Amino acid sequence: MSDARQRTTVDRPVKARGATRRLFLGRNANTVYALLLIVVIASIFVPYFAGVATVSFLLIDAVPILLMAMPMALIIITGEIDLSVASTAGLSAAMMGVLFHDAHWNIWWVFVACIIVGLLCGAFNGILITAIGLPSLAVTIGTLALFRGLALVVIGDNAVADFPVDLTAFATSTIGGTGIPTFMIFVAIVVIVFAVLLHFTPFGRALFALGFSKEAARFVGIRVNRSKFWLYVASGGISAFAGIFWVLRYSSAQSDSVTGLELSVVAAVLLGGVSIFGGSGGIVGVVAGVLIIRTVNYSLQLAGLPDTVLTIVTGSLLVLSVIAPSVSARLKLSGERRRSRALLTETSAA
Amino acid sequence: MKLFHLKRGRSVTARRVLAVSALTTAAVMALAGCAAGGTPASSGGSSKGFSIAFVPKQLNNPYTDVELGGGKKAAAALSGVDYSVVGPNTASASSQVSYINTLTQKKINVIAIAANDPNAVCSALNQAKAGGAKIITFDSDTAKNCRSLFINQVVSKDVGLIEVKQVAEQINYEGDIAILSATANATNQNAWIEFMKAELKSNPKYAKINLVATVYGNDDDTTSFQVAQGLLSTYPNLKGIISPTTVGIAATARYLSTSSYKGKVALVGLGLPNQMREYVKDGTVKAFALWDPAKIGTAAVYAAKALVAGTITGKEGDSFDAGDLGTLKVGADNTVIVGPPTEFDANNIDQYNF
Repeated sequence: MSDARQRTTVDRPVKARGATRRLFLGRNANTVYALLLIVVIASIFVPYFAGVATVSFLLIDAVPILLMAMPMALIIITGEIDLSVASTAGLSAAMMGVLFHDAHWNIWWVFVACIIVGLLCGAFNGILITAIGLPSLAVTIGTLALFRGLALVVIGDNAVADFPVDLTAFATSTIGGTGIPTFMIFVAIVVIVFAVLLHFTPFGRALFALGFSKEAARFVGIRVNRSKFWLYVASGGISAFAGIFWVLRYSSAQSDSVTGLELSVVAAVLLGGVSIFGGSGGIVGVVAGVLIIRTVNYSLQLAGLPDTVLTIVTGSLLVLSVIAPSVSARLKLSGERRRSRALLTETSAA
Repeated sequence: MKLFHLKRGRSVTARRVLAVSALTTAAVMALAGCAAGGTPASSGGSSKGFSIAFVPKQLNNPYTDVELGGGKKAAAALSGVDYSVVGPNTASASSQVSYINTLTQKKINVIAIAANDPNAVCSALNQAKAGGAKIITFDSDTAKNCRSLFINQVVSKDVGLIEVKQVAEQINYEGDIAILSATANATNQNAWIEFMKAELKSNPKYAKINLVATVYGNDDDTTSFQVAQGLLSTYPNLKGIISPTTVGIAATARYLSTSSYKGKVALVGLGLPNQMREYVKDGTVKAFALWDPAKIGTAAVYAAKALVAGTITGKEGDSFDAGDLGTLKVGADNTVIVGPPTEFDANNIDQYNF
């Protein structure tokens, strides 16, 4: 028996685990299966869940999380984190309100300015983390508070609500009768760009290497700091875009827009199979992770359960997604040990 | 790490897929199970009945709980009313929108909401309206075109007048008074204070009363306590304090009850009976005021009934039967005012529990 196993291991080198197998059996695939399972179960058990309205209500709330999850996935793969995403979006929302309502800018210039603000926020994080070398957790907890504070300074207690109606209507519109929000087109573009970047470019492969070992990555010639810096800039820009969507979708810009969304984003990314220690993960899994969180939340809301339960569920999913890989790795490790010990005794006996 | 990848056979991976699926199934089944059990699902079969869902600013807020209690009682009194409450944990508008969406999908007949943002909930409410729901706001209004009716506690002017009346009675219409408010830019408090000032100036009964200061405790217990202390050391001749905020009046009462001013300086304002009970009993406070929040929930349920039955549309001049509250009238801006503030003193305070 152990002979057979030994042979297969030798006969089938690493490459034999081909792309198709990976697609259906990898960790990404597990997340997708879990998502499908949850959808099926929700359709059976939660009244009113199965319907076009669900698609539209569920997906429109997923838009900002999906957007922010893309750069977040890449950042976590490098072993860092960005907790300031929701505050960056909040600051860009506040800027949007003030520039449009008080400064009377053309709305398209307002959009440009908001994105620039987001990029600057990201660059600020990036400089503190790469040039000064501070830990990303500390820096982005700081900027989580700082950017939210700036949002309060910018817009104060006011709420701006008089955005052009055709734009706010566009933000809540759906594609034909499918119930899919029109904004999903932009989301799809962002997802594809990040998927290509991570999985099909040298830059993406360098990120995985970086997450495994910073020193080794530097040793083989990866520009560690430069890569990280641009990831934070991208995170800032995408967060600002999510902030713009948020304002248009709710027709309201306030200092507390997008508060607390960073928790959902990080939870979704980890649930999607990205390792919190860096070095592994994939975009397909992250997309499924976001949809899992939204589906679970929406079906619980539809069942009339209070927010308290939702917070507990999101928290548990987050903990579970961090624990699960470590537990399975440990189980596997003990399995390997047992097997190699058995092999050893066999050889010594022979 | 490489080692695992090399050695991971088909069976291990397959087992993992199974394990993950099994785990998720179990978890979701459990959740969905309790979810399905917890919902009374649809709007009820009886032709006269209707379903109403309250969406408060946030759950687990003592004031809100009293409001909702009034609604629940009224719903039980009417037959065939399916009453439910859904809402966010923190006062956020985006979470309210998610809940409104679920109500739209469930085809709830009436949504009664206290909006966390007058505009952010609007498009979701309009979607619900397009699906046939009636929209009522209470406590905190939305933009006017998003709802049929707004149910409000009291008229601002009434609050101003009752505060001045209460303090004047207790200081015999003579002497220095001060106001201890919430924050300097609180909309509600500032409106009430304006009416107090106008009344003190214009009504000849109050000619000998002198408003010496307006101070702010920022609706923070400690700050209010310290500000009350400072007020009395700055104005030792002070006869009365008006504190039109539940936090301010409780903190001031606590300071007075332990100081030499107890029983000598009159304290009136807006307070919660449960917070103020001990100070009324120990003589620190003679009387204070507040509206009864339960009436708002009650009024919302009866308004919902009238809207569903089609006896009112919510336009100015409409009126509807509201059970114990009598007949309520729809005033300007499609607003229903539930009633004058209630005055609490040693004689009636034990009848109220909120």
